[in-house]
Amino acid sequence: MEDVTLLQALRKGDETAFAQLIDHYHASLLRLAMTFVASPAVAEEVVQETWIGILEGIGRFEGRSSLKTWIFRILTNQAKTRGVRERRNAAFSPLGHSTEEPEVPAVDPSRFHTSGYWVDHWNSLPRYWDDETPERIFLSKEGLAQIEKAMSALPPTQRQVITLRDVEGLTAVEVCNILSIGETNQRVLLHRARSHVRRALEKYLDKGDSQS
Amino acid sequence: MTHDHFKNRMIDYLAGQLTCKAVTEAITDYLEGNLGLMERIRFQMHLGFCRGCRRYLRQMRLTLRTVGTLPRDPIPPAVRDELLQRFRTWKVRSQT
Repeated sequence: MEDVTLLQALRKGDETAFAQLIDHYHASLLRLAMTFVASPAVAEEVVQETWIGILEGIGRFEGRSSLKTWIFRILTNQAKTRGVRERRNAAFSPLGHSTEEPEVPAVDPSRFHTSGYWVDHWNSLPRYWDDETPERIFLSKEGLAQIEKAMSALPPTQRQVITLRDVEGLTAVEVCNILSIGETNQRVLLHRARSHVRRALEKYLDKGDSQS
Repeated sequence: MTHDHFKNRMIDYLAGQLTCKAVTEAITDYLEGNLGLMERIRFQMHLGFCRGCRRYLRQMRLTLRTVGTLPRDPIPPAVRDELLQRFRTWKVRSQT
């Protein structure tokens, strides 16, 4: 259903429209919520609160952003409030909460020549991944677990950016809007996150190849 | 040796002095369409000559495709029912 049609239906109290909305967004919201709070139970609560927030705000939604952006923004606000409250209650809450991540190179420096004429060029070529690589990864439970592990090992903001950009398929502008971050920052975070996940997949795939 | 040296020089010149390491760091800017015209040309020149970086770009694209097709868990029926119940309550409240 189009945003506009869906909105009209919701405002009229059409339950099927709401059912469609929750079927479509619940998993996405839960995934995003998990990037803000530590416990799955709290993430569930944040999503519940988000749905209530959506219902309460639906009359005021003016359609200046897409429905999707608006929904993710509500979740982000709920999750941030909740996250702050959680941290305040935590016994040891390091100030700053490590938002500044150390700069990690996209590729392990040992993969490049460290001196000589070919300095900073590949010393061993990356492997060729065929088109079926994603399917092959999803085929095994371990492959799937490895991606999820790589994603959850990311610092929160990187994880938020890659989740919204690459899992949800939102644009850079939308993601900046949802997370209230600048364009450059968004790009840096995206770069680090993608590089990290690629590295994890490479490690997983290389291991599989050496075993077979 | 001189021939090799010349060949290497040539490749290096055509690749616009861009190192593979620099390519791996500029790749997001490239994919995001954030490189200027000259930078983009240099980047593509390098790709044209460097199989390693072509593979790297391919790996990156496949990584994005993998992340973009992560399976989603369907909403648990109990949660779904509870949300629909909330919707009914909201409907009654908002329409009175």
